Formats: sequence, C-alpha cells, structure tokens
Amino acid sequence: MTNTTDPVGGFLRRSQWRPTEIMVWVLVIAAFFVFPDRLVLGSRVLIIAIYALSLDLLLGYGGLISLGHAAYFGTGAYAAGLIANYGWTEPISGLIGAAVIAGVLGYLAGFIIVRLNGVALLMVTLGFGLLISELANSLNDITGGSDGLNMTFAPILGHFDFDLAGQTAYIYSAAFALLAFVFVRRIVNSPFGLSLQGYRENPKRMAQIGAPMAARLRLVNALAAALAGLAGGLLTQTNQFVGLDSVGFERSADTLIMLILGGGGRLYGGLVGALVFLVGRDVFSEANPQYWYFWLGLLLVLIVLFMPQGILGGIDALLARIKRMRKAAP
Amino acid sequence: MAEQLFTLVFNGLAYGILLFIMAIGLSVTMGMMNFTNLAHGAFAMIGGYLAYTVTIQLGWPFLVSLPIAFFGVGAISVFFEAALYRRFYRSPQLSQVLLTIGLALMSVAGATYIWGPQLRLVRMPDYLSGQTSLFGVEVGTYRLFLIIVGAIIALGLVIGLERTRFGAMVRATVDNRRMAQSLGINVNRVFRLTFALGSGLAGLGGALAANFIGGMLPNFPMGYLLVYFLIVVTVGGLGSTMGALLAAVLLGVGDAAVKFYAPHFASFAIYALMVVLLMWRPNGLLGRR
Amino acid sequence: MIAALATQGLSKKFGALQVAREIDFTLPVGARHALIGPNGAGKTTFINLLTGAIEPDSGRVTLGETDITYAATHRRVRMGLVRTFQINSLFPDFTPLEAVTMTICEREGIAGRWLSSLTGHRALAEEAYALLEKLGLGDEATRMTRYLPYGRQRLLEIGIALAAKPRVLLLDEPAAGVPERESHELLEAISALPADIAIMFIEHDMELVFRFANRITVLVAGQVLCEGAPAEIAADARVREVYLGSRDHG
Repeated sequence: MTNTTDPVGGFLRRSQWRPTEIMVWVLVIAAFFVFPDRLVLGSRVLIIAIYALSLDLLLGYGGLISLGHAAYFGTGAYAAGLIANYGWTEPISGLIGAAVIAGVLGYLAGFIIVRLNGVALLMVTLGFGLLISELANSLNDITGGSDGLNMTFAPILGHFDFDLAGQTAYIYSAAFALLAFVFVRRIVNSPFGLSLQGYRENPKRMAQIGAPMAARLRLVNALAAALAGLAGGLLTQTNQFVGLDSVGFERSADTLIMLILGGGGRLYGGLVGALVFLVGRDVFSEANPQYWYFWLGLLLVLIVLFMPQGILGGIDALLARIKRMRKAAP
Repeated sequence: MAEQLFTLVFNGLAYGILLFIMAIGLSVTMGMMNFTNLAHGAFAMIGGYLAYTVTIQLGWPFLVSLPIAFFGVGAISVFFEAALYRRFYRSPQLSQVLLTIGLALMSVAGATYIWGPQLRLVRMPDYLSGQTSLFGVEVGTYRLFLIIVGAIIALGLVIGLERTRFGAMVRATVDNRRMAQSLGINVNRVFRLTFALGSGLAGLGGALAANFIGGMLPNFPMGYLLVYFLIVVTVGGLGSTMGALLAAVLLGVGDAAVKFYAPHFASFAIYALMVVLLMWRPNGLLGRR
Repeated sequence: MIAALATQGLSKKFGALQVAREIDFTLPVGARHALIGPNGAGKTTFINLLTGAIEPDSGRVTLGETDITYAATHRRVRMGLVRTFQINSLFPDFTPLEAVTMTICEREGIAGRWLSSLTGHRALAEEAYALLEKLGLGDEATRMTRYLPYGRQRLLEIGIALAAKPRVLLLDEPAAGVPERESHELLEAISALPADIAIMFIEHDMELVFRFANRITVLVAGQVLCEGAPAEIAADARVREVYLGSRDHG
C-alpha cells in the first residue's frame, strides 16, 4: 500500500485505533446483553483470547515458536488458585500476583530460550511445557493432582460475587481482556515492538544493526508469560477451580491452532481464532465428538496449504484485491 | 541387587531399541531434509494396527505381520511424501509443524474410524511370551526377542550406511545437501527412498511395540511416545544413526531407572534431563557442533 | 594517527582448513579500501571475524583505540562498525521506512522502550524517510521490501547500514547480483558516502575496484598476498598470476 502524500504520517498512524477495532469491543459489550445465557462461553472465549494474544506476541510478532506456552497459563492458573486457598481471596490482587509469578517464570525460561534455535528450541519449549505439566501432576498434595483444586473468592471490589449465570465473570474477563489488548497494542507499536518484528523478519540481521536481542527476547518472553498467566488466573477465578487441563500439551496445541486459524501478527487473530475454535468445538461436541479432531486436523492442513495467514490474513488479502480491482476499473 | 540392576538395564535396553527402530526414520528425515515431521507417530501407529488386523482379524502369525507392517507403512508413506510433504521442504518450520500436527490429528480420527476407540491387542505367539533364562537370570522372552531383532536391524543399518553405495549417498546428503547435489547425487530420490525406509521401520516398530506398550489406542500419534521419538532424534543429533541409537538406549534405560527409583517424578525427570542435555549440546550428543 | 579499524595477526582455523592466517590489516579514517582475491580466499570470513560473527583463534581486532576482538556483534555496531551482506539480508515484510526507522531507533538507543509509542518519535521516522529519499528510494518507502526489484533492495541494504551512522563501513560485494541497468544508482550512492567514514569493500568487479579504491589488499588462501595503491597492485605479477582473467566481470 503506497501512501504517496504523507508516508511518515501514514506509517505512524497505523498505531491508532481503527473503526473495526472499536467495533470489536462494542460487540463484546453488546454480547453481554444479546446473549445472556451464553455468558459462560463468552468469558471463556475472552480468557482464551488473552492467552492466544500472549502467544501472538511471541509467535506472530516475534517469530518464536513455542510448543509449551501452556506452562505459563497453567502456572498462572495454579498460582491464582493456591493464593486463594492459602487465605488471600481478594481476586484482583490475586490475579495480578498470579500474572507476576508466571512472568518471572517466563523471564527465567528466557535465559534458556535465547541460546537455542530451530528444532532444539522447539523441543525445549515442548519439554518445558511437559515438565510443568508433570510437576502439576506429581505435586498432587499441593495441586490436587487429577482432582484439581476448588476455592472460593471474595467479591470483586467488595461488591460483585461470581454468580452462576456468569455475569460477573463476563464483565471481569472482558475488562481484563480490554486491558490486555491495550497493553499489547502499546507494545507492538513501540520501538521495542518494531525490533521484535524485525527479529521475526530476519533474526541474524538484528545484531548487525546493533540490537541486543538476547535481553529483548527475555523481556518479551516474560511479558508473554505474564499475560498467559493472567489468562490462566482468570480461568481459575471465574470457575473457582483449577485442574490438570490448564497445563498440558493439548492446551499449548489448541492455542497455537487458534492463533494460526485467526492469523498471527494482527493483534486480533487470537480473538477471532478463539471464537471460531471454541464455538466450533461446542457445535461439534454435540454432533460427533471424536470426529472433531478430524475436522480440526483437516482445517489445519488446509490453512497451511491455502491460507497461511489465517482468517484475518485472508480478509486482508481479499480487501487488497478489491482495492486493486477498484483502482483498475475507473 | 545385581540381578535387579541387570533386569533394569535389560528392560531399558529392550525399550530403547524399540524406540530406536521407531524413531530412526524421523532422525534421518529431519537431518536430511530439515523437515520437522510431527506426524511420524502416525506411521508407527498404522504399523501397530496393521499387526492387530493381520493377527486378529486375519488370523495370521505374528511374524508375518512384521514384514506386512514394514512394507505396508512404507508404501503409505511414499504416497504421503509425493502428495503432500514434498511441497514443504523449503517452507518455514512453523508451517511444517502445523501441517504435520494436522495430519497427526486426522490420523487419530482415522484410526478411531477404522479400528474403533477400544484398546486393541495383537495376538502374540506362545513362544514369545513368558520368561527365558539368560546368564542365569530370568528375563522376559519378548524383550529378548526385541533386543535381538533390534540389534540385527541396527547392525543392518550401520552396515548399510557404511558399506553400500546408497548408504554413502545418504551420508553425503545428510552431511551437506548442496554439495551432494553438485556431486551428481539425485538428492530427491535418495530422500524418497530413505523416507520410505524410515517410515517402514516406524511401522515395523509399531507392530513390535503394540502389545509391549499395553495395546493400541487411536491417540497414539499424539501421546508421550511422539515426545520420546523427538527426544531420541534431537538428543541423538539429527541424521546421526549412532546418535539416535545412543539416545534411544539412554532414554530406555533412564526411563526404566527413574520409574523404578522415583516413580512419582519419572516423567518430570526425563523431560528435565532432555532440556538440560539440549542446552549443553543443542545439536544433540553426536550431532554437528 | 590511530587507524579506524585494524587487525594484528588475526588467524582462524575450521578443522584442518586455515581460513585466516596472521592477517595484519589497517584501515585509516576516510579510507576507500578494496579487498580482493579469488573465490574461497577468505574475504567474507575476514569480515565475519571483524564483525564478531566468528571468533578468531588468535590475533587482535581494534576499532580506533578499543580492542574489540571478543566483543559481541551488536556492541561493535554501537561503536560504529557496520557491514552489509553479499546477499541481501533484509526484512521481507517490512517497508523500507520501517526497516530504516528501526535501525535509527537502535542507533539512538530507544529501541528497548516497550511502553512508548512510535508516534512520539516522529523525528526518527522523518530522518529515515530523508535518508531513503537521498538514496532514491523515496517512492518505494512504504512498499513492502519483498516486492522491490533486486537493485532497489540492494540500495536498501546499504541504506540500513548508513542509518546506523557508521564510522567504519564494510561492504561485502555491494554490486553483486545487481543488473547493469540498476547499478547506476547504487554506484552513485557509494560515491556519495561521507568522506569521514572508513570504508572497506570486497569486490570482484575490477572496474568498480579501480574506480572507488585508493588502496587495495589482495587476500589469497586466508593470507595477505600484497597491499598497495591500485596502480601497484595492477602491475604486480603475482596478483596477475592469481587472478587470471578476472579483469572481466567475475
């Protein structure tokens, strides 16, 4: 897209809120009133969207494949649960605490990750995820093992209890989702975000322009981990329960698929992907649960073959084509 | 005590050799063409299920099912390589990961459809069950069988690599694909044959492993065995046969050891050890530095 | 006078292959120094040793007064040592404006800021645009790099290096792969490079070498064969022996 009138302005303007983006959040708020009986699903979509967003930061913007991202989600989930069980039931501070713990883990893991490439990196991220998963399983006096942990939370801001209809949970999740998106938005449109994407585009060149990538990658890993931990903590708090499905390879793989489905590097790919995936799975689970995997697998193969930029990428391409056709036809 | 140790090492060795047979194809694929194939477990699975079909549904002997698994899966793999994999050799790693995960998921559903979700066991001949006496210690007969078969295959592979012309071409292509090509080696053909061979071995391994791991279930390709294959391949060093063998045996014995001495933390220990090893030697124990 | 860049006894072995052998090299401030030699002589390896992509077995590399023999690559860049690549090493899905702005942010030391918006750093983006205009890339500033013709990409390759405001610039075959009709702008850009930058360039195109260099070093099998003014080198019999027929395009 050539902006011949004001290239610099055009370049800088892309960090502004676009109408479609505002629409998304209007819809999120509207859904509260339009789908009052689907709020539990709605919360889940928003929470998983935050989780997918955190992976997008690493993968879509940074080009770092992680097959073990659930390690941070799970850490946040269990941290939030344990904080409450050990007496601190205030939700918001507990949630922040869980995110910080996950973030610290991500920062420490960063020291390992920056030293590896290619297959070794893939394996270490996979191994790391499995490690945390096994740890959760083994330490079952703390984590409750396969039974999981139940807990209760004090009302949010002193007033709002987590009700059965999921109203409080939805608003709670939506608020944090908005915060998460604003936060990540800021990051990807900062000089740091630019260098992160530069790393994705050409990892080897970054050192040659003077970028100390090791420290930057550790930071982005920590931030992504904290966000994933936030999502995990949210899930625990809204369900008052945490179990082994918060960690584990399926959790890592599902989110990877969602992000690819929606389109990486476009901020909202995770949300779109989460929506399509979770709603789709709901629909299929009613019809034919075991064949969900077949269609999911097929979808993945088709995306890789024909639409590697995901749904949002496909929409972008379509819009570009329409624009070109309009230019050609006077 | 010594007897316990011997049994432990023996069992670990059997398990390790089984892992080697299943995973060696993956090692060569990833080492030669840089193709990350997370659907490799599906080939092993098909081999296992073929053994079930042959021995239970057709009633044929177990030993017949082994070559059927080998050639059957090999043939299937040729189809997949030609139809699909071939287009992705130059694609980014993420695309390969996603493509092969998608295929693995489809194979899970496919297996459920063809063989059903229940546990399937292969019919084992009597002479391979029970115990045999080895150096005065009672060991599992089937494990002994695995070790012998595995040793023969491993030896065959090593000799094949070192002594045959084809083996030399394989080694050259793994070492430096571009150079091999400029020396006149038809790299694509070498790869296709090696891929078929490796997948066939995976199928054979699957048939051998079916009962050993407790029976065949459709989620095999996505289970812990896939992780173990990847461990064997990456810790051993991509494309290194000796490395894969070493890593497989270490993993087999290590697995047996931790399950015996610290069962509660067994899996954790294995994964932690893998992370440490890869940090120390990112290219594997016997891989390129 | 302290040299902009210098090496003493730089050596490196890859297994049994000695790719650099006791290389002594001096690049004065404002130099226009060509490094030539047959294929496999170790020229790119030498640049890799200078930038820190590989570590020497022995010897020293100094940038001005500072010993940078074991310094990390990005640190050397911060100190003003910048290189370009023989094959374009660009950012495919970035526009030239994005790539150059990013480089300038690095140079200014603000690239680590993750909570400050790019809009607050408009001046840097404008500097980037001005640089692109000077190189003749103004019109393509917001087109994606992957869609630019190779010659324009090569200009961008140099542009990125210039954006880092180098004191020493290492150009690895700057004209390589650029078709005849596109090389004009490239050559203009090279001649317009500021006089106070010390430049060393690897080239096979002898016409370019004799046009731009005021000093030439000949590298053969990892060793310096000879060094001197262009006329001396052209007349040197050893060089001619090593370089049979290379006065045409290599």
